[in-house]
Amino acid sequence: MSNTMKTVAIAGAVAAAMASQVTTAQGAAKEKCYGVSVAGANDCAAGPGTTCAGTSVVDYQGNAWTLVDAGTCTDIELPNMADGTPRQGSLEELDRDLPA
Amino acid sequence: MNPVQRRFREALLDAERAVPPDLQDGAGAPAGRRFSVYRNNVVVSLTQALHDAFPLTRKLIGAQSFDALAAHFVRKHPPTSPLMMYYGDALPEFLGSFEPLTHIGYLPDCARLDIAMRRSYHAADTPAVDPSAFQCAPETLIALRLALTPAAIILRSAWPVFDIWRMNSAEGGAKPRVMAQDVLIARPDFDPAPYLLPPGAADWLEALDAGRSFRDAHDHALQTTPKFDLAQALTIALQSGALTDSKTKDR
Amino acid sequence: MLDNSRRIDRLPNNAGVGYKPQHFDDLRADPGPVKWIEIHAENYMGAGGRPLAQMRVLSERFAVSVHGVGLSIGGETPLDPDHLARLKHLVEWLNPASFSEHLAWSTHDGQFLNDLLPLPYTNETLAQVANHIDQVQTTLNRQMLLENPSSYLSFAQSTWSETGFLNELVRRTGCGLLLDVNNVFVSATNLGLSADGYIDAFPLHAVGEIHVGGHDEDTDDHGAPLLIDSHGKPVDDPVWALLDKTLAKTGLRPVLVEWDNDVPDWTTLRSEADRAAQALALVA
Repeated sequence: MSNTMKTVAIAGAVAAAMASQVTTAQGAAKEKCYGVSVAGANDCAAGPGTTCAGTSVVDYQGNAWTLVDAGTCTDIELPNMADGTPRQGSLEELDRDLPA
Repeated sequence: MNPVQRRFREALLDAERAVPPDLQDGAGAPAGRRFSVYRNNVVVSLTQALHDAFPLTRKLIGAQSFDALAAHFVRKHPPTSPLMMYYGDALPEFLGSFEPLTHIGYLPDCARLDIAMRRSYHAADTPAVDPSAFQCAPETLIALRLALTPAAIILRSAWPVFDIWRMNSAEGGAKPRVMAQDVLIARPDFDPAPYLLPPGAADWLEALDAGRSFRDAHDHALQTTPKFDLAQALTIALQSGALTDSKTKDR
Repeated sequence: MLDNSRRIDRLPNNAGVGYKPQHFDDLRADPGPVKWIEIHAENYMGAGGRPLAQMRVLSERFAVSVHGVGLSIGGETPLDPDHLARLKHLVEWLNPASFSEHLAWSTHDGQFLNDLLPLPYTNETLAQVANHIDQVQTTLNRQMLLENPSSYLSFAQSTWSETGFLNELVRRTGCGLLLDVNNVFVSATNLGLSADGYIDAFPLHAVGEIHVGGHDEDTDDHGAPLLIDSHGKPVDDPVWALLDKTLAKTGLRPVLVEWDNDVPDWTTLRSEADRAAQALALVA
């Protein structure tokens, strides 16, 4: 492809991308975004905050890791991408001791 | 050096260790389980921090299983900074070597997605490039230099991490397709979101961010991915507010 | 940059609340008696995004207290220079009405333990803490307030009482104090001391702020009450009573309600602030 053709191709792609942009309301609506939706309505990406409080929750340290509940990974079945080995999504056999 | 705090710290993270003997109740008797208050505070608060920080990972293995795993992790990798918003960088690798979970190959990359969302949330506010910058003569257009905003993060995965995120974020989200996916995490306003990148777009964005011109970045993307679609990639980049005038970034 | 010219330079003698991002809209729509807010310094040390945007808006209207939880002033190792620099940056940007930290440690040997851990009160630790306070006040170029901790145990090697220790720190460094009356109640119960006696011995002239908060109840190995400073429920009646006694001695002071775990909706938190405002009204 010649440089001219490349330039034309780029300009055409940019024009297509510009045409697909949805114009968004500017400024006025911005301060609404400062608030945070009610906890639980969505997963907040803020991550953890600090605390200066203690807890009365007890941590039971143990070396065993037991699957106590199964999450959504049991609904996902994917082959291993690297070597094609089929892998199970199931977590059922995961009650075992960990190396200390 | 005075060993008081070292002994205290070592016993905090290892419940097998004896309570340091210099600790007492109000009457001078050994502190006993009073010391457990601090043990609980440390492990429970750090576990809770990871619980909040890794919503996708937590959903995938279940909240209680995640918390039990986190209690192991916090003892092996306590934070090195008081900025809890950034805690957990070592979790993806930990998951990759945590034997009971190594068969879930996509889990570490899902944890990386959780980290990228948080990094993006707290990243500096940099205005996205004004689309009018593209309304110029073709010669000016091909010479444009752009960069990623601080809130834009690219995650390349051998797994369908975008699909996995979508399945876990929306009611009735479709099951993941069997494919590798590149994901752009970006923040149009204050709420970061993942965007699925079409083939070659990650190379294109990284070339732009490395300071290459609009034309050079396009050439580069076509070399790695002959079917690279510039219109599609630029549409996502503008929608997500991921690109900025490179001058802005050098502020 | 923030416009600092209109900033209040000290906390008002009114009720305040520990600020949580989910209360942003409700706090502005219905502040009730709340005239000031307190934030944890570390949560606003990110580079941008919503936390700083919210503070830009709120600091126009409310006095702000920056309350550090991660400086480890009671640590036996030097203060983390990076963290001190981040704090300086935040304080210069926000120009808060007050900066406070805790008589506690949380970092040791590069590990941050995310809890306020206790220290023995000895001549040696007194000199260490005084040095750290000097360093903070010099770096920030302002007076800081130091908060009394909640205690679950004590150290055999302590040679100072906590109130004597704090009094001496005030004398040596010129710092002010943040008197947490819930912590006083928790510590006194846990260590078998008199909360009233603690308040009587406290250097009240140096108090620039007062905290109240909720606690949980547990027991130790011998069945003795062990209170946990959990900030997860309404303030207990005996703590409100201790606040009344304290305010009767100090006169009007800024009073903050802390609620950090299981954070309730705004109405519930606001009603706690109402109660703090009532306590202040008794003194006025």
